[in-house]
Amino acid sequence: MSSDTELSTTGDAVEHDATANDDLYHHEISDKTYILIALFLAVLTAMEVAVTEIAGMPEALLIPSLLIMMVIKFFVVVSYFMHLKHDSALFKFGFYIGLGGAIVLYSVMLTTFHFFLA
Amino acid sequence: MSDTTTEPPLTPEPDAAAPAAPDEAIPAGFDDGQDHIGLVHHTATGLSNTKLAMWLFLGSECLLFGGLISTYMLYRNRQGDALGPDQLWDIPFTSATSFVLLMSSLTMVLSVSAAKRKDERGTRLWLTVTALLGGLFLAGQVYEFTVFYREGLGYTTSLFSSSFYTLTGFHGVHVAVGIIMLLALVGMLAKGRIVGDKAETVEMVGLYWHFVDVVWIVIFTLVYLVPA
Amino acid sequence: MAIIERPSDTPALAGTSGVVTPSSSYGYFRRPVESTGWKSWAFTVDHKKIGIMYGVSAMVFFFIGGFEALLIRLQLAQPDGTILSADKYNQMFTMHATTMVFLFVMPMAAAFANYMMPLQIGARDVAFPRLNALSFWTFIFGGIFINTSWFLGGAADGGWFMYAPNSSVPFSPTNGVDFWTLGLLMTGVASQVGAVNLIVTALNMRAPGMTLMRMPIFTWMALVVQFLLLFAIPIITVALFLLLFQRNFDATFFNVAEGADPLLWQHLFWLFGHPEVYILVLPSFGIISEVLPTFSRKPLFGYPFVVFSGAAIGLVGFGVWAHHMFAAGLGPISVAVFSVATMAIAVPTGVKIINWTLTMWGGKLWFSTAMLFAVGLIVQFTVGGLSGVTHAVAPSDTQQTDTYYIVAHFHYVIFGGAVLGLFAGIYYWWPKVFGKMLNETWGRWNFWLMIIGMNLTFGPMHIIGLQGQPRRMYVWTENRAGEGFFNLGFWNLVSTIGSFILGVGALLFLVNIWVSRKNPPAPADPWDARSLEWITQNPPKEHNFDRTPTIHALDEFFHRKYEDVGEDGQHDYKQVRTGEQVIAEEEANADAHIHLPSPSYWPIILSFGMLVVCYGVIYSFLLLAVGAAICILALFGWALEPPTADDSEFDPPSDGGQPSKELAHV
Repeated sequence: MSSDTELSTTGDAVEHDATANDDLYHHEISDKTYILIALFLAVLTAMEVAVTEIAGMPEALLIPSLLIMMVIKFFVVVSYFMHLKHDSALFKFGFYIGLGGAIVLYSVMLTTFHFFLA
Repeated sequence: MSDTTTEPPLTPEPDAAAPAAPDEAIPAGFDDGQDHIGLVHHTATGLSNTKLAMWLFLGSECLLFGGLISTYMLYRNRQGDALGPDQLWDIPFTSATSFVLLMSSLTMVLSVSAAKRKDERGTRLWLTVTALLGGLFLAGQVYEFTVFYREGLGYTTSLFSSSFYTLTGFHGVHVAVGIIMLLALVGMLAKGRIVGDKAETVEMVGLYWHFVDVVWIVIFTLVYLVPA
Repeated sequence: MAIIERPSDTPALAGTSGVVTPSSSYGYFRRPVESTGWKSWAFTVDHKKIGIMYGVSAMVFFFIGGFEALLIRLQLAQPDGTILSADKYNQMFTMHATTMVFLFVMPMAAAFANYMMPLQIGARDVAFPRLNALSFWTFIFGGIFINTSWFLGGAADGGWFMYAPNSSVPFSPTNGVDFWTLGLLMTGVASQVGAVNLIVTALNMRAPGMTLMRMPIFTWMALVVQFLLLFAIPIITVALFLLLFQRNFDATFFNVAEGADPLLWQHLFWLFGHPEVYILVLPSFGIISEVLPTFSRKPLFGYPFVVFSGAAIGLVGFGVWAHHMFAAGLGPISVAVFSVATMAIAVPTGVKIINWTLTMWGGKLWFSTAMLFAVGLIVQFTVGGLSGVTHAVAPSDTQQTDTYYIVAHFHYVIFGGAVLGLFAGIYYWWPKVFGKMLNETWGRWNFWLMIIGMNLTFGPMHIIGLQGQPRRMYVWTENRAGEGFFNLGFWNLVSTIGSFILGVGALLFLVNIWVSRKNPPAPADPWDARSLEWITQNPPKEHNFDRTPTIHALDEFFHRKYEDVGEDGQHDYKQVRTGEQVIAEEEANADAHIHLPSPSYWPIILSFGMLVVCYGVIYSFLLLAVGAAICILALFGWALEPPTADDSEFDPPSDGGQPSKELAHV
């Protein structure tokens, strides 16, 4: 929508009624912040790989830590790079229902296959 | 690229006396009698049609990749005597390609940022870099698969191999489509063939690209790092 | 998005025909401009034309699927039937189900959603008109593709649920299953794209003042269905690709010898398959939620409850899929969990039945044909729902599964539920869409013969099912037929006779269309209806509404015609305007700026490209490459084409005045 560019070039100068999109215009992330976020993601990836190299790490510790790091990376990219954190709740609804649904449904399916029984 | 609104190319600047800014949540089709040349449609939620469509689509893609990932997880240990993950994975190499894809998300976001600043050269530059990094990732995938194949992991070798190649193959196709979209976007921007809001179009392609990256984040961990 | 404000010197009133030369594609050839003739249908992006095409196609497939059913019933009318061989019988019940589910009920519901949703929310078209056209053409090409398998070596023969490993090449060696797989991938694309389109439409394109809780109930149910499609189609897409790769590239996904688990297919299929049945029935629930209030002269009882129960059915519907697998060996815990979940889903459905009944209670009932079908749905669906409850109880389901008792259940809910509702909608909205009333006398014959027919066909199946007649068996034999009241032979014969009565009833619908074709034009508001789509001409003008209405209430049209003059909290509605007057008022205040999306070649070309790809997968890599090239070409053409023709592309009119921005009036 041209509204995006209009407001981003004029900042808060234009009067407008509060809308669901308000946050979008007041939360422009700077390029520098993006680079820092990318650095953080790279470090986290390195940590993930490093953790698998640790000899003697019990699986009960390894797998949860890998999953946690994966989830953090996932949500950082979605929330900041994809800007979902500062976007409309409707976008969050559409995406997270799909994501949540997928996780729940497929986990139940794998459970019936006794996948999670070690 | 998408059914965004058309801005007539010879648009005069919006009339200074025109009422409320376009992001006011005036519902679709509303006609207040004013001349809204150059201002795009209003929607009932105040949100862009294309952006809403993209997020819904990405939500549905979670179910697509979820199905492929669960198929892999179910079959990952079913290779009998044939090759398994432990014998095949080259984690340093895959880490490198994963890093490349991650950085492509950064360059994508820099492109969107440039587009919002109306920095056209910057937009096209970062889009091209993103496409190049994506291409590098794909080249890495192709190399990796070639090595696996030579080591004896064919598509039909085992359940593990079929599931692995199908999952990563689907992802690779998504990356390839993304690269085509990125390059097409660069070309269309250069030729001025983008209808509607340029920054929004770049953002839409960006959302798709980030999603492809995010799927790889999951694949990298579940397929390569989690021990079988 | 379709609607753009544009400057225009001429007010956009009906009948203004502007001269249009839309923009050129790739800079070479002009976009289509035709407003009459076959080209105006092939390249249309108008949701109303697309809706009609969906409806007509669906009806054709209804009769094809019905014909397949009659062949099945003929085969089973006597013991050791010889009408169909075992192989042909397998193909027949597979294609009957596939056709009815994917090529009749879903597209017919799409016809209503496409035609009615924009009208019900006060919009001029859907959010993405070209995607809408793509959905239709992909569906019809996919449906034709699947059915060409009959002539190209044999149709799919694994049942509509296509269980693995029976669907693999050793057990299904013809190309039939591949036709099925690829065809459903195509129709899946159509549904997926349509889902995104309609969700954005319903959320973003409502007229001013139409909050979500003022949206007509059919639009609400259609919206829930689109969410179900959005999340269910990708799951079957995965399953279909796995099967496709198994059959064509020797992947091992369902190869038991390699260690594959056949249940993987079942889970993936039913994860889609169960939401699918709510996709089938919820639109019909939405339709009768419109029809019942109109013909009871009362508002829908408990509108919020109907809305939320619809959403609840959709949500819980995702959680019960394994009740199709009670006999598959899941283990007692899984079975128990899904058994309980399945019982839960009866609750929101019951809520709806109560609301519908209470809508009618105390109302001034008018039994038009549409109303007959709507009431028929309530009765027949309840029967199907009751047998459904017996399936939810896993131990009894173990007895019932794979018998005709299940066949009885799903035909009562699908035919008695979804199909009756669709016919209610056809009779209800026919005057609006086609401008003529359907004949009520023929309508009654249509209805009653279908009711008698369906109950004679599917009622006995409860009996023969519990007596043990298995599904998908091409013959039954005399020495296993049992005696006395439960003799399979007797009830199979009754069922077959019933199916022919049903067939005649369905044909009467076609007769009705034929005899009604010369009827006088129907009034704009023949039923004294309540919702927004009736504030239009018959049929609606291309741009739907002369002025986008402003909404003040649920049942907006009703409240414009009737004012509440009651006192002390009592409601007393007096008519202050006729329907025609409300419409005239809107037309007198027409919007100055009306704009419509332009027709396009690319949707049908892209769909055609997909069709060629599908044939290529089966027959020739070269063909596949050609198809892929067509698709890529179409995608680029689409991307480079503005959704609406540009200002500068409109020719000046011959009288030398300012260019008119209106597309030719259809």
